[in-house]
Amino acid sequence: MSLNIIVLAKQVPDTRNVGKDAMKADGTINRAALPAIFNPEDLNALEQALKLKEQYPGSKVTILTMGPARAAEIVREGMFRGADGGIVLSDRAFAGSDTLATSYALSAAVRKIGDFDIIIGGRQAIDGDTAQVGPQIAEKLGIPQITYAEDIISADNGEVVVKRRIESGVETVKAKLPLVVTVNGSAAECRPRNAKALQKYKYAAVPSEVAADEAKKEFIAKRPYLEIGEWSAASVDADLAQCGLAGSPTKVKSIENVVFTAKEARRIENNDEELETLIKELIANHTIG
Amino acid sequence: MANFYNDNESLKHHLNHPMMEKIVELKERNFADADKYDYAPQNFEDAMDSYDRVLEIVGDICANVIAENAEDVDHEGPVVKNGHVEYASGTARNLDACRKAGLMGMSMPRRLGGLNFPITPYIMAADMVSRADAGFENLWGLQDCAETIYEFANEEQKQKYISRVCQGETMSMDLTEPDAGSDLQSVMLKATKKEDGSYVLNGVKRFITNGDSDIHLVLARSEEGSKDGRGLSMFIYDKRNGGVTVRRIENKMGIKGSPTCELVYKDAPCELVGSTRLGLIKYVMALMNGARLGIAAQSVGISEAAYREALAYAKDRKQFGKAIIEFPAVAEILSTMKAKLDASRTLLYACSRFVDMYKIYDDIAKERSLSVEEKKEQKYYSRLADAFTPLAKGMTSEYCNQNTYDCIQIHGGSGFMKDYACERLYRDARITSIYEGTTQLQVVAAIRHVTTGTYLNKIREFEAQEVKPEDEAIKNTLVFMTQQYADAVQAVMGIDNPKFHDFMARRLVEMAGHIIMGYLLLDDTQRDDSFRKSLVVYVKYGQAEVERHASFIGNFRPEQIEDYLFPENN
Repeated sequence: MSLNIIVLAKQVPDTRNVGKDAMKADGTINRAALPAIFNPEDLNALEQALKLKEQYPGSKVTILTMGPARAAEIVREGMFRGADGGIVLSDRAFAGSDTLATSYALSAAVRKIGDFDIIIGGRQAIDGDTAQVGPQIAEKLGIPQITYAEDIISADNGEVVVKRRIESGVETVKAKLPLVVTVNGSAAECRPRNAKALQKYKYAAVPSEVAADEAKKEFIAKRPYLEIGEWSAASVDADLAQCGLAGSPTKVKSIENVVFTAKEARRIENNDEELETLIKELIANHTIG
Repeated sequence: MANFYNDNESLKHHLNHPMMEKIVELKERNFADADKYDYAPQNFEDAMDSYDRVLEIVGDICANVIAENAEDVDHEGPVVKNGHVEYASGTARNLDACRKAGLMGMSMPRRLGGLNFPITPYIMAADMVSRADAGFENLWGLQDCAETIYEFANEEQKQKYISRVCQGETMSMDLTEPDAGSDLQSVMLKATKKEDGSYVLNGVKRFITNGDSDIHLVLARSEEGSKDGRGLSMFIYDKRNGGVTVRRIENKMGIKGSPTCELVYKDAPCELVGSTRLGLIKYVMALMNGARLGIAAQSVGISEAAYREALAYAKDRKQFGKAIIEFPAVAEILSTMKAKLDASRTLLYACSRFVDMYKIYDDIAKERSLSVEEKKEQKYYSRLADAFTPLAKGMTSEYCNQNTYDCIQIHGGSGFMKDYACERLYRDARITSIYEGTTQLQVVAAIRHVTTGTYLNKIREFEAQEVKPEDEAIKNTLVFMTQQYADAVQAVMGIDNPKFHDFMARRLVEMAGHIIMGYLLLDDTQRDDSFRKSLVVYVKYGQAEVERHASFIGNFRPEQIEDYLFPENN
């Protein structure tokens, strides 16, 4: 059985190597100072999708991302690694979206894609760390969700079997298709780019990227597989009141630097008395017990 | 993220050599594949962009997968289970990454599933893989054997086997036997023709790199009763058919991740490649030339790793209140390592471009007859490839050994411990000047080009090129070295004594090597000023070496050779 798989991916600022200018005075991220990368856990999600594509020949993997036209870079990256194509959901109306507005817009795009079996996304993005968008999309679409997935083992007879990471170990669960799966960073790393796929798709673009270049436009027109979808709010029939800032109840009040103020190590003597004092102290301050 | 391509500007410099335009246009037959394959380039710039970006993939895998696994693979190594090899777990992960990235069969044509890359960018990939883990380069680099199938096997065999290599199956070349090492004419493995015309193999092979590969090229004696090389033929053994088992794997000093196997053939079915009797004299010679270029790449990759380890340590290690790199004695070692590295690499890619040119012409000649001009070029480059391959293999592998030695020296006592990568590099380097023909055998192959003047003619071509005014002085030094070389050649060849010629051969070949590498670095410097330091340091070094050899030859009376020989053994 072949599957239609949608991979949710986000282009994020690389917050793993942040300098002093990473944040602006108003508490928002200074995107210009940080290189834009494929959100790491979304790469884990992509690997799960590509693994399923191998397991179920004929399956199709579509990358869906929301962002400015340059987010097409994420779709291309996915295509270099084995995805079949993708869509950039791009509209000024989406600017300033919190997780609620984001999941609204993405679920509208998923509805427009229509025919899908599994939506796979990373657990969370490294810029917001909310882990909300995947589950919210499942809720909006009224389908099941499995979070913290580490391995999508199978998807036979309308049912997926998924190994998920939980606090005390792993558990294996089953759920009905279609569904949303969010993948944990502990899952298999994404495979590298493929040399042939890279050469095949390196000129793939969304229409607005090539708008000013007639030659490129013509080149892509002759090769439909190079066309990355570029959908606006209107094209996914989104209600503007639920999009962008208007649709975002989350308001950032302020951002502050938190410096952990752990105390120095303390040495105690190796005798019952001192140990008992320590244990009582730890119980009293709720560290244990 | 670490990337062995992006962090090494010299690879990009060599990739962008002016000769590439012609190589690419010929290789791509004026981009005839552009409308047939969705991954074929449209034009020269497109092709170069693709090489650049695919090499970036290789650089990523090398830095983040292969290099990361290298230490574990060195410790774990492969094992034999039930007559077959089980790779170290890191090796298996490396192979998986290379397969998924589509880096197998890189130089094979698209119609067989390959990337149709020229040899030059393929060798760049080999350079990086070797820097990451020289032992893994042996497994990955054996895709070279597909070249031999492509050149000499029939269409059916090409379709069957090359497409499998492009999908990620591994290869081996089963040549060596217990009593046939450098002297392959003594190969005994028996190929018996059955009534239906097919062959079976019986016997033993030893020291076979990746001997449990999916597809083997096997040298065997098909002509019963024959004793020499003319009784040997080349066969393909397909592991899927069974009949070959691994008796043991060697416990080696280095490249421990690469399984070196002793193989037992029991009625193993196989297919003849090309014609009988041409196995050694034609096919293995071609196979060897490709393999030697591969070992030159491996040597350069190890040299690169050694230089980087040494440089980082010398900057970090403080003694007497300062970093040891600040001491001239240490700085000299490092700058000489770098000069040898840059000299090795420029020789490697000069050689790979010559190989590209003649191989592409050979291939085109199968499709149509070449023009007079093209035939002339084919001959010219074929000769240069023939001259430069043993020179490159010999010089780069010796420098690779010297650089890993110096890398340990920079590390001092710590380098002697198992704690640093330098000891692994040192062990891995040691084989490069031995296998695919020892340095001594490279000299045997190269000396012809000393006596027939291939090297000198090429040197004269370099000499005729204009250089920047600030480089005139160094060019004059090279001209002077050339005179010393030409004089030495005359002095040696003027003596009518073959033993004396053999005795002096290595000195003459090295002299030619120093001058050629000097000129190549001079050419690099014309295009990119960052090579000037290595140019200066290398020519200083080469000048002293040429002087040393000239002095040895000049002060040697032919009869003194007797003091070096062991006549009681004859």
